[in-house]
Amino acid sequence: MIDTLTHLDRLEAESIHILREVMADAARPVMLYSVGKDSAVMLHLARKAFYPSPPPFPLMHVDTTWKFRAMYELRDRMAAESGMELIVYQNPEAKARGINPFDHGPLHTDMWKTEGLKQALDLHGFDVAFGGARRDEEKSRAKERIFSFRTASHGWDPKQQRPELWNLYNARKAKGESIRVFPISNWTELDIWQYIARENIPIVPLYFAAPRPTVERDGLLLMVDDDRFPLRDGEVPVERSVRFRTLGCYPLTGAVESEAATLSAVIQEMLLTTTSERQGRIIDKDGGDASMEKKKQEGYF
Amino acid sequence: MTDPIYVTDALIAEDIDAYLAQHERKSLLRFITCGSVDDGKSTLIGRLLYDSKMIFEDQLAALEADSRRVGTQGQEIDFALLVDGLAAEREQGITIDVAYRFFTTEKRKFIVADTPGHEQYTRNMVTGASTADLAVILIDARKGVLTQTRRHSFLAHLLGIRHIVLAVNKMDLVGYDKAVFDRIALAYRAFASEIGITNFTAIPISGFKGDNITALSPNTPWFKGPALIEHLESVDVGGAADEAKPFRMPVQWVNRPNLDFRGFSGQVASGRVAPDDAIRILPGGKTTTVSRIVTMDGDLSEAVAGQSVTLTLADEIDCSRGDVIAAADAPPEAADQFEATLVWMADEAMIPGRAYWLKLATQSVSATVQAPKYEINVNTLDRLAAKTLELNGIGVVEVSTDRPIVFEAYADNPALGGFILIDKLTNATVAAGMLHFSLRRAQNVHWQATDIDREMRADLKNQRPALLWFTGLSGSGKSTIANLVEKKLHRMNRHSFLLDGDNVRHGLNKDLGFTEADRIENIRRVGEVAKLMTDAGLIVITAFISPFRAEREMVRAMLPEGEFIEIFIDTPLAEAERRDVKGLYKKARAGQLKNFTGIDSPYEVPENPEIRIDTTDMTPEQAAELIVERLLG
Repeated sequence: MIDTLTHLDRLEAESIHILREVMADAARPVMLYSVGKDSAVMLHLARKAFYPSPPPFPLMHVDTTWKFRAMYELRDRMAAESGMELIVYQNPEAKARGINPFDHGPLHTDMWKTEGLKQALDLHGFDVAFGGARRDEEKSRAKERIFSFRTASHGWDPKQQRPELWNLYNARKAKGESIRVFPISNWTELDIWQYIARENIPIVPLYFAAPRPTVERDGLLLMVDDDRFPLRDGEVPVERSVRFRTLGCYPLTGAVESEAATLSAVIQEMLLTTTSERQGRIIDKDGGDASMEKKKQEGYF
Repeated sequence: MTDPIYVTDALIAEDIDAYLAQHERKSLLRFITCGSVDDGKSTLIGRLLYDSKMIFEDQLAALEADSRRVGTQGQEIDFALLVDGLAAEREQGITIDVAYRFFTTEKRKFIVADTPGHEQYTRNMVTGASTADLAVILIDARKGVLTQTRRHSFLAHLLGIRHIVLAVNKMDLVGYDKAVFDRIALAYRAFASEIGITNFTAIPISGFKGDNITALSPNTPWFKGPALIEHLESVDVGGAADEAKPFRMPVQWVNRPNLDFRGFSGQVASGRVAPDDAIRILPGGKTTTVSRIVTMDGDLSEAVAGQSVTLTLADEIDCSRGDVIAAADAPPEAADQFEATLVWMADEAMIPGRAYWLKLATQSVSATVQAPKYEINVNTLDRLAAKTLELNGIGVVEVSTDRPIVFEAYADNPALGGFILIDKLTNATVAAGMLHFSLRRAQNVHWQATDIDREMRADLKNQRPALLWFTGLSGSGKSTIANLVEKKLHRMNRHSFLLDGDNVRHGLNKDLGFTEADRIENIRRVGEVAKLMTDAGLIVITAFISPFRAEREMVRAMLPEGEFIEIFIDTPLAEAERRDVKGLYKKARAGQLKNFTGIDSPYEVPENPEIRIDTTDMTPEQAAELIVERLLG
């Protein structure tokens, strides 16, 4: 028996339904935009959901000043193309103290991202924030609701989440409380890639292999993206053909050696690979086994 | 059999574009696995992920290390550790919530809802089942059909899941004995037909060893198939069935980028729609035709159930969020009283008569629920008398909404028959409901228009009607001050009426006691009487403890804006208890009075009362003066 709609059609329709549903109860929604491939898909879905209107909320990038240069370029281009307001927020305290991934370790993520996000949401009074997290990324995300309720201090209590039935989302909240909404919860990494291919969605070129200056450090291949990268004794950047499976702060994101320069080659490599997507990211690992769950309780996305 | 049977598709390496083209055409099946703590549910899901190559080397390395450290399978891989996500659960060795997993085979993509098997079971399973096309009911081959098997099957059937798989697990522990499997399948058939499940597929498996998961196992030569995955890949997912129903689309959002475009956005709940189709907008009932089906990829010539689209209409017709666009010749009904099955999901029990938010499709209305007609024991399926529903309780109830909503029976169309109830104070989702049918009496009682209206009656009395609602602890001074206020109004030639708590209980409300439900009904009746009196043009004064915010807000909502004046007589508990005019606090403290406000029943302080009187700061006379001034000034 042939189903009229494919799994991608169904996922797309579900995400559009979620994006529109938020508009019923939200006073001031915002879309968190990290410039990665998941963000790219989420933004594309938002444009589809509200077409011919532009999405009725701003895009916000909680910046660490340490993203890849190519990410900043795509960010500005996509904001202009979508006709949405772009808000860039950088935690002023992290900026003043010169917090960076080389000298400050976990404090870098905590101050720029976790604290920065909370400050930005409070500053603008956003009551609903869309995020591009997926349930297949990590174990604690598998239990995340699509509408994830946060206390006035942005805390997440896994035991106090609202049951979600059918496609009925409860977006009611008291003053000061907020909701994080994850429209692509049910997408997998393969779905994301296939949809990018099907819909021709622009993504950062770093996802495709190219010769790039890299050094090998602590088991990761790091790209020397600008002259802020402090080389250790004996380290010399080497040109390697690499690409990235996820994008974050360049000093924290490991590259993989690859020749995959097209979308289908990237997908092919992903399907044949034997390690999981977030393995190249340092963030999941500090704090041991349950570190993502702990970060979420503290307010990280 | 620990090697994955689902080796990577050879096409991936040989011809990635061909593989992708094939993968893009895959359909989607959502299913739920139901089982008790030791039935091997997590192990089965871990096995499905592992066999369909959703586990990577780094995850596998972590899994092997974890298995040795905290696993329950000795030196072998403990697949359950793959899916028990939260740290707290790992320590307790149980899962505590609904988790969603994903895997893909050559033919289909799957989303699995994994729900835990302990005391929160009903709530979690109902949540997971609400989006499932299929349920896998796990049975431990050593134990057979148990009470929980009946419970799982009942809930799956209640939520309308059409495909049931009976997975008889741990066959390795019964020597792959055909007789054991046959006996269990037979026992299950007898029970299933009792609750209306006419069709199910029984499969002997071992989640731990991998038998009959991806391929037929040599250990069960007597079983002719299908293997579990094969079956999951081939069941009909219901797209065609939904498309064959009449067209319905609940409106989510009105799309108005400029004055020339007005579109109605929503997800098609059932049926199909095309330009020039005649449609009807409910509950209003106006008809028109569809002009365009607008998407960013260009206009569509047709949209089917499941698609999210934006419709434009031929005529400028009033239509907004909450309305349902439907086939003109087969519209759904609208009504404001229903019978429904309710599953209670909150720690705080249901309060009959209290107003909750009800969300159905894109409609949000205020609704009250009567005490259940009966509760269903999910283990025995017996119908029991009940006054309320507790957490995980399931009952059949009557629901009234404050205005008509568009609906269909859940069994016919879950998208227009499933609803949630939301607590108005905590905003928690407290219940899930499935509508059965409307109660006809709502349609046969109509409003009678009268020629003399409330403004004319009030004009004759030369005053503006109002309801002065005194609230506060017993002994706070409500009646005393209310009485003084009425005396002052009377002297000023104002027409008033004082409804006193004690007096009303001698007549109108003498059938009510002091349980939470009775106290709510007491306030509801007083509210309705006060409303009639304000319609008559009177200034109504009431003096009731009215301890619950929700009920005070219920009365406020009955009256025109500005006519409900909440007066909080603020006397500290210690002071009221010291005065104890009627000797009630003494009795309550001695345990002779139950549910006494302030002692063993809460008083919810008004958040924004129109008037607050601090009785430790002014005399009753001063208080009355202030209230009259605020009312008339």
